Amino acid sequence: MRSGDFRTSYEADMAVFDTALARWLLAGFVAALLLFPLIGTSFWLDVSSRVGIAVIAALGLNILTGFTGQISLGNAAFLAVGAYTTAWLAGKGVPFIIAMYVSGLVSALVGMVFGIPSLRLKGLYLAIATLAAHFIVAFTVVHWEAVTGGVNGISIPPAQIGSFTFDSDQRLYYVILAAAIFHLWFAKNLFRTRMGKAFIAVRDHDISAEVMGVDVFRHKLYAFGVSSFFVGVAGSLLAYQAKIISPENFPLSVAIDQLGMIIIGGLGSVLGSIFGAVFITLLPEVLRIVTGALAGQLPQLVQLFAALKLGVFGLTIVLFLIFEPDGMAARWHRIKAYWKLYPFSY
Amino acid sequence: MEFLLQLALNGVVVGSIYALVALGFVIIYKSSGVLNFAQGEFLLLGAYVFWALVEGHAPWPYAVALTILFSILLGLAMERLILRPMIGEPIISVIMVTLGLSSILRAIVLGAWGSDTRPYPALFASEPIQIGPLPISRGYLFSMFTAALLLALFTLFFRYSRVGIAMRATAFSQEVAQSMGISVRRIFAVSWSIAAVVSALGGILLGELRGGVDGSLAILGLKTLPVVILGGLDSIAGAIVGGLIVGVLENLAGGYLDPVMGGGVKEVAPFAALVLILMFKPYGLFGKVKIERV
Amino acid sequence: MHRLEIDGVSLRFGGIYALQDVTMHVAPGELVAIIGPNGAGKTSLINCISGVYRPWAGSVRFDGRDVTRLPPATRTRLGLARTFQNIALFQHMTVLENMMVGRHFHQKTGLFTGGFYYGPGRREEIAERKIVEDIIDFLEIEHVRKKIVHTLAYGLQKRVELARALALEPSLLLLDEPMAGMNAEEKEDMARFILDVNEEKGTTIVMIEHDMGVVMDLSHRIYVLNFGKKIAEGEPSVVRGNREVQVAYLGADAA
Repeated sequence: MRSGDFRTSYEADMAVFDTALARWLLAGFVAALLLFPLIGTSFWLDVSSRVGIAVIAALGLNILTGFTGQISLGNAAFLAVGAYTTAWLAGKGVPFIIAMYVSGLVSALVGMVFGIPSLRLKGLYLAIATLAAHFIVAFTVVHWEAVTGGVNGISIPPAQIGSFTFDSDQRLYYVILAAAIFHLWFAKNLFRTRMGKAFIAVRDHDISAEVMGVDVFRHKLYAFGVSSFFVGVAGSLLAYQAKIISPENFPLSVAIDQLGMIIIGGLGSVLGSIFGAVFITLLPEVLRIVTGALAGQLPQLVQLFAALKLGVFGLTIVLFLIFEPDGMAARWHRIKAYWKLYPFSY
Repeated sequence: MEFLLQLALNGVVVGSIYALVALGFVIIYKSSGVLNFAQGEFLLLGAYVFWALVEGHAPWPYAVALTILFSILLGLAMERLILRPMIGEPIISVIMVTLGLSSILRAIVLGAWGSDTRPYPALFASEPIQIGPLPISRGYLFSMFTAALLLALFTLFFRYSRVGIAMRATAFSQEVAQSMGISVRRIFAVSWSIAAVVSALGGILLGELRGGVDGSLAILGLKTLPVVILGGLDSIAGAIVGGLIVGVLENLAGGYLDPVMGGGVKEVAPFAALVLILMFKPYGLFGKVKIERV
Repeated sequence: MHRLEIDGVSLRFGGIYALQDVTMHVAPGELVAIIGPNGAGKTSLINCISGVYRPWAGSVRFDGRDVTRLPPATRTRLGLARTFQNIALFQHMTVLENMMVGRHFHQKTGLFTGGFYYGPGRREEIAERKIVEDIIDFLEIEHVRKKIVHTLAYGLQKRVELARALALEPSLLLLDEPMAGMNAEEKEDMARFILDVNEEKGTTIVMIEHDMGVVMDLSHRIYVLNFGKKIAEGEPSVVRGNREVQVAYLGADAA
């Protein structure tokens, strides 16, 4: 049982990691992530880079859908906007950090434009409007060949700051890790201060939020902006990591995957975005390893892999929704609460 | 002029199938407030089951009957296994469960039949019928009339049959319907079955029009979204009118703009229209406007 | 100058009048009750004052300023706060967070000062916490400040809603059935809090309440609505003796 936990100032009471143990665990975890490239194979390095990108994208979607309650099926589109902006900028020789944040801004702008219908639409209607955003952006990507390279795609030079080039998987991994940690930290802060709380208020009760003096429409637009900014940054990193992007990188299923991440991880939870992104990104990889191992006994599994991947994804979503609708983050908090009071947990 | 008429006519034909699938959306939404993103997969599965039956040498009327039976069971199973546990959950969970469902159904189709196009038997002679200046293929005419007939049947069903009236009552208020002795659960089950059946029939008609089925048919589920938004999510008349409008719109846009803008206009036009509709008439042409109360 | 002036307000839904030509005024520091049978239009009137509904005719003036066309959030900034008949708290937030939303427009922290949690953003968050803690003390809800509101008992949620409204530091507070569904003890507490807000903080209060005992004891003046029309007004003793009020509540025979 945790005891001796007293706070003498509001500041200490409002800290995110409020005990020494929590801070030590966090430090240990970050250290492990930093050391990972020294032992990880290039396959796992690639997978973890994709996890990092997925964390930022899922976090972005969670800001809009989980925290502000605006359901979006347009995340693949916003990801594409970020990725193609980076491709274009990097092709013009713009340095890495600038390209990344300009991509975020452009994506934020596009996101806010498609967020305008949220003034009048809620729930299902808004979901469909964002679906329209997806198809419209997809159409633009295919047809605006001068910028996007059309269906053939476009290649991206390695990220560069000054004369230092992030050309190896390892270097890129550190960049993505840093970006993920920074954006997680930013989001965590955002939701303990004014604007983030207003987002949640809009989600929980929009009329009540308006009556509390929150400009609801403006905050919905902000949420679209902040969310697509994060997603745009993720898109930019994705472009650097993939090296070549084409419309095939951004099908609707990417948006659905990311919705799956925040559902499984936990809507309206920064931590949940991490859990969900890790889970959904690793799922097909683990599945691939398992089918690979079983291929000796059951050779037909290899042909069925695509179907299996799809089916397992769908089944996971459905089972989570039925049995753990609040996601992994809620389960995590329950476990934590249990240990906090152990052995007096009743 | 002839080009225009031809496009419009194709639009009407495809639009009547859209209307049929949209009807499935509307029925589920009306009775249970769920927007079923797996509608396209219902259609896909129906079309494949029909193909498999015909391939197994079932005469096509039997194959249709068996497909209908299969769809009824599919609808019942979906309602019972997946949707019932979701009653009372937030909209996002309900949307997501139907998206998960669509992945599962597509995985089943992919696992069972692979991704190659499966050809449909040609039921009609290939030479077209001449109506005025326009040659129209027999398959098109057949599809259009079947869809129209089904739409008329369902409209009558909702207006006059006991179950249809019970469904409308449930749509209006679940509590009140329940207190009148209507089993709301049964109504949900019936709605899901009807939705699965109309989608499967739409799938068969589309397969017939295209001469075969493949995974891309499932996209149709998404393409009917502009239809239901245009008509209003809770209006059956709206589904029919919306279907025809979207069918004609996408064919005209495709016919005239594709050469200018390069392919794909047909796919995106209904969605571009959708954004405009949502901005100006968020509840569609026939949808109910909600008054919020606190 | 009146704190609140309602002049000839009418509200229609389709062909039905929810309010018809209602006129009332409230002076600064007053505690005024609106009563009437169910469906009389009391909540509709509150909605017109707070801006959730826009009246079809007539005007609402707040501290002399015409606010009839202003959105709810703007009215709140001018000093108007309200609670809801059916609790409208932010269900997934803690009591503290709910109240911090009440501080929203008093704060300046934006995307970056908040997101980086540095300098002004950090200082403001901590300063605002102190203001909110004073209200928590005032309403005696210290023990639940970090509880998620939907886990609280109904009566306590009602109190938290009052706390959130007070966090706005309003000059006019609208209470829509603050004691509905409470037991006798909770009602007594709530009545005391309402009086304290009115007397200690000097906040003007307009309250809808069904419990006649509370209404007669607390309010300085009473307005009576029936079928969307004002049928009586005045001090509690006057309203109690009004024949039309008795008819509306008890029926013509009993009266």
